[in-house]
Amino acid sequence: GRLWGGTSHCFVVTTRWGLQVHAGRQVLRQYAAAAAATPSTASPQGERKKMNLFTAINDALRIALETDANACVFGEDVGFGGVFRCTVGLQEQFGDQRVFNTPLCEQGIAGFAVGMAAVGATAIAEIQFADYIFPAFDQIVNEAAKYRYRSGNQYDCGGLTIRSPCGAVGHGGHYHSQSPEAYFAHTPGLKIVMPRTPVQAKGLLLASIRDPNPVLFMEPKALYRAAVEDVPVGDYTLPLGVGQIVQEGSDVTLVGWGAQVNVLMNASEMAAELGISCEVIDLCTILPWDRDLVANSVRKTGRLVISHEAPKTSGFAAEVAATIQNCCFLSLEAPIQRVCGYDTPFPLIFEKYYVPNAYKNLEAIKSVMEA
Amino acid sequence: SQMRSLKTFQRAFSTRDWAFKPTFTPEFTTHRYEKSMPAFRVMDQEGNILCKEFENIEKDQLIDFYKLMRKLNVTDTVFNISQRQNRVSFYMTSWGEEAEVIGSTAAIKFEDMVYPQYREQGGLMFRGFSIQDMAHQLFGNKNESGKGRQMPVHYGDKDKNWMTVSSPLGTQVPQAAGAGYHYRIRGEDKICMVYFGDGSASEGDSLTALNFAATLKCQTLFFCRNNLYAISTPADDQFAGDGIAPRGPAFNIPTIRVDGNDLFAVYNATKIARDIIVKEKGPVLIESLSYRVGDHSTSDFSKMYRDEEEMKKWENYLPIISDPILRLHKYIEKNNLIQDLEKVEKEWDDEVRKEVMKALTVAEKEKKAKISDLFLGVYHDKPLHLQEQEKELFDHLEKYGSEYGLKDYEAEQFA
Repeated sequence: GRLWGGTSHCFVVTTRWGLQVHAGRQVLRQYAAAAAATPSTASPQGERKKMNLFTAINDALRIALETDANACVFGEDVGFGGVFRCTVGLQEQFGDQRVFNTPLCEQGIAGFAVGMAAVGATAIAEIQFADYIFPAFDQIVNEAAKYRYRSGNQYDCGGLTIRSPCGAVGHGGHYHSQSPEAYFAHTPGLKIVMPRTPVQAKGLLLASIRDPNPVLFMEPKALYRAAVEDVPVGDYTLPLGVGQIVQEGSDVTLVGWGAQVNVLMNASEMAAELGISCEVIDLCTILPWDRDLVANSVRKTGRLVISHEAPKTSGFAAEVAATIQNCCFLSLEAPIQRVCGYDTPFPLIFEKYYVPNAYKNLEAIKSVMEA
Repeated sequence: SQMRSLKTFQRAFSTRDWAFKPTFTPEFTTHRYEKSMPAFRVMDQEGNILCKEFENIEKDQLIDFYKLMRKLNVTDTVFNISQRQNRVSFYMTSWGEEAEVIGSTAAIKFEDMVYPQYREQGGLMFRGFSIQDMAHQLFGNKNESGKGRQMPVHYGDKDKNWMTVSSPLGTQVPQAAGAGYHYRIRGEDKICMVYFGDGSASEGDSLTALNFAATLKCQTLFFCRNNLYAISTPADDQFAGDGIAPRGPAFNIPTIRVDGNDLFAVYNATKIARDIIVKEKGPVLIESLSYRVGDHSTSDFSKMYRDEEEMKKWENYLPIISDPILRLHKYIEKNNLIQDLEKVEKEWDDEVRKEVMKALTVAEKEKKAKISDLFLGVYHDKPLHLQEQEKELFDHLEKYGSEYGLKDYEAEQFA
């Protein structure tokens, strides 16, 4: 089935792919249902267990702590399980010296994490909401990202991973909905990863933690409960810097990341009814992004629509658009479209109007087809 | 979940009580600061010892310290002049803080990690960084461990457990808390000492680092060099309180205030602080009182803001703390530790001057790193987009290389 807009019901939907979506109050949105409709395409083998996004993240953290004696998980409210339950059970299992609450200070959390990583620890820090990451901006951009380069490779922050929930959630307003990836994508030395599905979340988080570079792991909070699938119970990683073709198509390439990919899938369904075949790409890693995957797709389709919740001006779609028009100019049949949040702070009561939903993406798809 | 909330009051590991134990009283009080924390000193400005038990540095070691203090001072002088001569692009002297920095680095162990701010080259020299090493860094040539990535005086040396300097102020302070935390939970008897100035102490990073270190129990020695100036900002524009030391007890951190220009005091205070850290497995704060004799840097001209009017502020304070090298000179003279002291000093200084001049000449001639080095170390490897950007630059240099002074860089094929 399909769901339209936000409601205050709580119910279970079985989608046409047979996956169940448990949707709570105010989290019912088009892309919440679509989340269940777009399973991961990268699927490691082995015994699997049904997990949602936060339990998959929890599982990854557990494995990281089990396999790396130098690993610590910390941040505000991490001890009791975290405001999104991502760290449930970890303090009980690993003790309060490796899994602990910090004082309430994002610049402190980030600085402390950088210092731990610099002397060889695997520091997995949490910033409670990406909206609050800005006090940590200096430590992330001026310190973590530059540690290796400025020291001539003597020191580095490879052991640093910062996790943070991001994105619209239906009722978050200005400060519980932001997607700040573009600010950080402008920083050489960082990696930025955004999973969409539980299988991705676990594999990409383990890869991020083990990657010898500082990584920002942005978790789409709307998908914490809404995305459910069977996830391998073992230890596995998925490669960073590699995008995923979620659905093959021939007429237009749709690019997104995180929860927005599910919106694109929804839009592609509607486009299919009009006879338009969409190829949907999940970047998975925003920095460094899989340019060749997108470029090859655009050379095939000739049309590109990029969509993200973050405001349009200087959002990451601008980077993708500029790069693709440069390398695929002669393949393009139409101008590249960006379907994004408006250039306003994220509004509360206008969220439904603000977000780049499936209808807006459908219009963009139609416009590139008609060009 | 009720049981879980009790957990916050339990610690698996606690050697220091939580200070929050309010009692209740009908007596109304607005607490105001009453008395400035006195600073510990062993030796007065005339080189007289005030407490014999801390006159405890072995003669040979004391002479070595004194020699290094003079070496630092002369090195700073010659490098500073070399900037005025346009040989080096930038420099920062540490005049007046020789005892503070050498005394503290000497008092901890070589394995202890040090996070400098930017005016602690004396400590790095104590650990064996040579004048030649310094000169290479000042010229940013290929021999420098930082590979010329950063401005002069941004030293870093992993072999000497000395973190690379970075320009943003105070960022190193919470990092040192994190390092100290790692040492504690890994059961290491190492500490992490971090230097920061009176200005950096105002940064949010510094204030929060104290709280983190005390709450999470980090084996971190916070060493604040209060030298009264942050560029042109005097300490009375920097804070209204009694300096930095009172912030320690506020966060439940054992705190020592020390006369930074007294080598004996700094050395002993730092040694004791280290012992406390290793024993109690928590941080210590040292505030060291000193004075920045020189300009902030070669881009600063402090006479502009340190005029007669301004200096009246310190007219009672400066004579008391006076110059660290002069004080130690007086002590050495009084105690006849070196024969023909002035002659020996002159020999030392001349030798250092020669060494610095030579180091400058050698470093000046050395080439900078290869152009391809520009793209190394951003990540642990070189991702595709950087490989492409490198190729772009190489293609450009093939055409326009002659406009760029490539001869100063290690040779490289661009084709």
